[in-house]
Amino acid sequence: MVVGVIRVEQAEFRYGDAWVFRGVSFELQRGQTGAILGPNGRGKTTLLKAITGLLKLTSGIAETGGRIGYVAQRNDMAFSYKVLDIVVMGRAAHIGLFRTPGAEDYRIARRTLERLGLGSFTDRLYSQLSGGERQLVMIARALASECEVLILDEPTSALDFSNQALILETLRRIAREDGLTVLMTTHVPQHAQRLADIVLLMYGPDRQDWGTAAEMLTEDRLEALYGVPVKALEIQHDGRTASALVPLFL
Amino acid sequence: MSVADQTAAPSAVKRLGLWGVLLILLGLTVLVSLGIGRFGVPIDHVAGILLANVLPIEPTWRPVEERVVELIRMPRILIAGLAGAGLAVAGAALQGVFRNPLVGPQIIGVSSGAAFGGALAILLSESQVLLIGGAFGFGLLAMVVVYTISRQQGRASILMLVLSGIVTSAFFSALVSVTKFVADPDDKLPAIVFWLMGSFASASYDKVVLIAVPVAAGALVIYLMRFQINVLSLGDEEAQSLGLRVERTRWIVLVAVALVSAAVVAAAGVVGWVGLVIPHFARMLTGPDHKLLIPASALIGAIYLIHVDNVARASIAAEIPVGIITALLGAPVFAYLLRRAANKGWSSE
Repeated sequence: MVVGVIRVEQAEFRYGDAWVFRGVSFELQRGQTGAILGPNGRGKTTLLKAITGLLKLTSGIAETGGRIGYVAQRNDMAFSYKVLDIVVMGRAAHIGLFRTPGAEDYRIARRTLERLGLGSFTDRLYSQLSGGERQLVMIARALASECEVLILDEPTSALDFSNQALILETLRRIAREDGLTVLMTTHVPQHAQRLADIVLLMYGPDRQDWGTAAEMLTEDRLEALYGVPVKALEIQHDGRTASALVPLFL
Repeated sequence: MSVADQTAAPSAVKRLGLWGVLLILLGLTVLVSLGIGRFGVPIDHVAGILLANVLPIEPTWRPVEERVVELIRMPRILIAGLAGAGLAVAGAALQGVFRNPLVGPQIIGVSSGAAFGGALAILLSESQVLLIGGAFGFGLLAMVVVYTISRQQGRASILMLVLSGIVTSAFFSALVSVTKFVADPDDKLPAIVFWLMGSFASASYDKVVLIAVPVAAGALVIYLMRFQINVLSLGDEEAQSLGLRVERTRWIVLVAVALVSAAVVAAAGVVGWVGLVIPHFARMLTGPDHKLLIPASALIGAIYLIHVDNVARASIAAEIPVGIITALLGAPVFAYLLRRAANKGWSSE
């Protein structure tokens, strides 16, 4: 398997008697960003977990080249560790049984925090962080594993606009700087539009489409996906033309 | 599950202070405890008796004082300290791997399983090694049963853990009753009953070695796994996605926990609640990082149980089983923690 490539072929997952999805295929090349969109319960998280290796598909292939960093949707903690202690846990795959993180592991953890603008956060407690800061810490922990593929489950959900923008820009920047392959789920078509090269739409158990963001993020497809009219608008802002995908709640 | 332990993590300086305070407290505890008892020994005599082991000091104390301090009280205090440290470390490790601050060796069934294993060993033989082996084997078995019953979709909720622990403990208690029922009432039955009540009264240096070896070995494994316990405390899925081999890692910790708990049960009977309550207080001082939490739990556990044993042997003319006192202190504290936890949402997990 080529490093940085994600390949899903005829992936099927059944929960009891009910198919969550069947016949899902798509491919991401190294350095590409992919977004998965679809209503709740269509198996977006399940698919991500299958790609990450946390779940076994009922049948089909979901494989990845290289190390995966995974950022789950829920990031609550039983114990409130210090930020540096959390990020250094990203080194777990590099640390053997009965061993503890060494100077190099802490160096990588600190450097990763600095890259994400959290250099001064090392001694802060997780419980004292805001939602956006927590999400950044989780991304830092994934990056500290020195992954080639970063997989995120709804990284912007439950965040305010400024934090959504912060997370999106952070992901864009590190993907470009590190040549990372990124795959994320989102409920906001515009986030996919901003970040993704490749988009997978999961309409229902038997219907999925994938292609370039431009092909997939159209008014017709998004309306079919959500059952709500979605309009593609061109908006003038700051002398630039920005495009927006706006759902209409009528 | 919500975020707990808002305690600020202490700086390096504060931390050095913490270890200093804990070590001094432990030293004072031992010193004072050697003098406490129905036969009181003044503290200067105790210090002299101890120093005379390494320095040439002219005795100012009576020989009987020296015998009481060195041959009767010292092994007992060592066993109480080892038991307290072992139970607290075992509890800290369990709380980490089950990502739940409200479990302990007793909740998780180890103690009741070990009690049956030990009672069975007493019934069948005189061997102390078999006693530890039986306690270990059945302690581990009980833990596996609780763990299997309580796991749903890869997570063990506090409610399921506690309920599974009750079920399993009830079953092993019934088995203990069976061993009592079939035991010879003149000989084996009293031995089983007094052992079960939990006491350090029969302490000797042989017993110190018997408990020190497995407790030290288990605690060492747990301390070496401190980083892995941190990762496990994030939850199975997160730990796995970070590259940890979750099942293998957890089993290593659980076997070490069973070894420590069984050794304590074998030496002193069922001493409950220490492993649940002490790590909780230690976490308030050190924060949740197991690198600090495990040694702090060991020191506080040792100090605590030595003092409890002082009460057990010196407060009234008759000896009070130490397990009774730890339960009288521990159960209300557990109830308090459970209430507090419920408010934070652990109960819904």
